[in-house]
Amino acid sequence: MIIAEKKPIEEIIEEVRNFDRILILGCNECVTVCEAGGKKEVEVLASALRMYFITQGKEKTISEHTLERQCDHEYLEEIRKNIDNYDAIVSLACGVGVQFAAEKYLTMPLLPGVNTICLGANEDRGLWTERCQACGSCVLARTGGICPVSRCAKRVLNGPCGGSTNGKCELGPDTDCAWQLIIDRLQALDKMDDYEKVAPIKDWSTDRAGGPRTVTREDVKI
Amino acid sequence: MSEFVSAGRLERVMKAGHLGVTSECGPPRGSDPEEVRKKGMLIKDFVDAINVTDNQTAMTRMSSLAACVHLKLLGIEPVLQMVTRDRNRVALQSDILGAASFDIPNMLCLSGDHQSFGDCAQGQNVHDLDSMQLVQTVCHMRDEGKFLGGDDIRRPPRIFVGAAANPFADPFEIRVPRLAKKIACGAQFIQTQCIYNIDKFKEWMRRAVDRGLTEQAFIMAGMTPMKSVGMAKYMKKKVPGMDVPDEIIARLAGVEKGKQAQEGIDICVEHIQQLKEVTGVAGFHIMAIEWEEKVPEIVERSGLYPRPEI
Repeated sequence: MIIAEKKPIEEIIEEVRNFDRILILGCNECVTVCEAGGKKEVEVLASALRMYFITQGKEKTISEHTLERQCDHEYLEEIRKNIDNYDAIVSLACGVGVQFAAEKYLTMPLLPGVNTICLGANEDRGLWTERCQACGSCVLARTGGICPVSRCAKRVLNGPCGGSTNGKCELGPDTDCAWQLIIDRLQALDKMDDYEKVAPIKDWSTDRAGGPRTVTREDVKI
Repeated sequence: MSEFVSAGRLERVMKAGHLGVTSECGPPRGSDPEEVRKKGMLIKDFVDAINVTDNQTAMTRMSSLAACVHLKLLGIEPVLQMVTRDRNRVALQSDILGAASFDIPNMLCLSGDHQSFGDCAQGQNVHDLDSMQLVQTVCHMRDEGKFLGGDDIRRPPRIFVGAAANPFADPFEIRVPRLAKKIACGAQFIQTQCIYNIDKFKEWMRRAVDRGLTEQAFIMAGMTPMKSVGMAKYMKKKVPGMDVPDEIIARLAGVEKGKQAQEGIDICVEHIQQLKEVTGVAGFHIMAIEWEEKVPEIVERSGLYPRPEI
């Protein structure tokens, strides 16, 4: 899923300071699971903003709404009937949701309430970690199911580099060496012979290097 | 067709069966060419070639290629170090041609320290290729006379290609297979990480010899003299992939502060003398970090001077 992190409240206050009627718009998908932008976080942020503006003697209307998805035209239509009641929307969806909402409501200021971090997983309570960088050409079959593109700080395809120590990355003890994990998996799979196959120079044109990416499926088009 | 891939001395010395000697020179954090020339002249006659580091530890410095040119103009043979951290395949190929235009005969292909260790921690890194793929790229340009894109190169580069190896990084069991991969990619010489754990290095060499790797590439043992017990402790604790045994620290701690530097040189010389006898060691890469003036003493006392006539 997409992992996001709440923006500091000070940054959000700065962005909304000049608006009087503000909608905090949550999303019931990834950002709900990673506890950054679901219904609960919408309530918390709305309360914090109300309290702040009361202490400042400012009269503001802070509304709350959470959509099933913000990356879907159908759900975004839900707020159209009330859209004239707001001067700005703070979206707690990922960057995709914020942009989709902005594209739909051309004259409405759309402000992000979270920082979108990565494609990752909930590894432990309160811990989300990256697993994929959407490079567009998956190498996991060759690397024991562990991704060197997203999990190696140098995205070394023929690793590990010389900085791997005690299974950790040269960045420090909080980061696993992806290539240690790959080798552990290849050993468990009895496929260490695969380690000696040189990974060819990668075609990064399917990555962000190739420009904004699209997937077109004639078979599912209407 | 020449039996040599470059016009350089380093390749000829080692192919003639002599122990090769290289050292290292870090370009300055400024544009004064005198700093490069001074370091080069200090060690010129004591080594076969001098590595010029490429923004080592990710600190921004004078470009490796420019510093190599300054050395070349003094008649000193450079080894151009190139990391994949800062340049994509366009820039790497372009710099390889730039180096070849000055007839720089040697190159060492590296991935480079992560930028978070340097002065541009907020910068992007590139890593379009990794170090093995950079080795492949130089060999492809040299041997096929073609760019990665397939077009012909007019006057292809003639470069003796090297790579680094760290016998001490983890996991140990893949260190020799990894060396084999680099050699399979085309690396002709290998310069190792600084060696302090002699027994572990010998074990790594034994495995490399058993696999026949020393028949395919020249392995140059990396040596860095310790200036003080403080440096030894720092390298043990802080430098990724470094193996400094406690007895080295104890030996340096056992002499008074003013004599620790000399003790460090003595240890280095003793290690070189031991490693000269190890099967498969084809030379030494002496990295006296900001201590270039000690290289002549180390080379002489290790019995590696004078350098052979080629």
